[in-house]
Amino acid sequence: MSSIPIAASLLTPPAFREWTCILGVALLAISGECLIAAAMRRLGDLDQLRTSPGLRGYLGPIRAVLSSPLFLIGALCMALNFFALLFTLSIVDLSLAAPATASLTYIGNAVAAKTFLKENVDRRRWLAVLFVAVGVVLLAK
Amino acid sequence: MTHRLKPSQYAILVTVMLTASVGDTLLSRGMAQIGPVDLHHLPLLFHALGNPYIISGIILLIGFFASYMTALSWADLTFVMPATAFGYVVVALLSRFWLHEHLSLYRWAGILLIVCAVGFVAGGPSRTEHPTHPDLDLMDSGAGR
Repeated sequence: MSSIPIAASLLTPPAFREWTCILGVALLAISGECLIAAAMRRLGDLDQLRTSPGLRGYLGPIRAVLSSPLFLIGALCMALNFFALLFTLSIVDLSLAAPATASLTYIGNAVAAKTFLKENVDRRRWLAVLFVAVGVVLLAK
Repeated sequence: MTHRLKPSQYAILVTVMLTASVGDTLLSRGMAQIGPVDLHHLPLLFHALGNPYIISGIILLIGFFASYMTALSWADLTFVMPATAFGYVVVALLSRFWLHEHLSLYRWAGILLIVCAVGFVAGGPSRTEHPTHPDLDLMDSGAGR
């Protein structure tokens, strides 16, 4: 995908609405993933929360996850993200919406993880984010 | 400090990759059988819940969510992200070698980039340490052993 037609199409109003939708979908996904990641980080290794070795032991982690407010808000964001994506697909072609939201989500996640989750996003992780973002766009071609 | 992942933790990451991609593929296969759904034909969605492809897709996606959250409980978001992206590669390779679809040069380039990205991240630590914050240290104490 070349960047010049995208830049030109950004100037026309319908494209502005399309890109607002795509950005909204990506923002909801980023908020959801970061909130869920923060919730999981706070809970720590879920294996340690198991109450007994059998299947019933999983009740401990499940209860811990479901009673975390951060997780619940994050899950709400993911649900809104799903419906926002459905709405976006009704006005934007799938071949643009899918790779654009995925790439923006990957890049935004890295920025948010560094800013809010204080993750150590070193050079190799930035490079990985860039490769994934470009790779996803190429796969959609 | 570098955390070494246990074999069970690698298994979780592989589950994240496989369940997301295979689950999505099953859903799209099932929905192709159901046909287009719009606002005036919403009951079709309940009909879709009886389709075996849709049911198995939903079960796999629940498995994906559970394993994704488990991975986030001992690894960074920026560490797990490329693993989820690897799911796209799995779908592309499945469509090439199982469904015998043609993969363009662009797609092969995309596959190569994502594989490289996973390689970059997998070589580094899975979890950020915060030695200057005692409370964060406490939170990390159960992680990644």
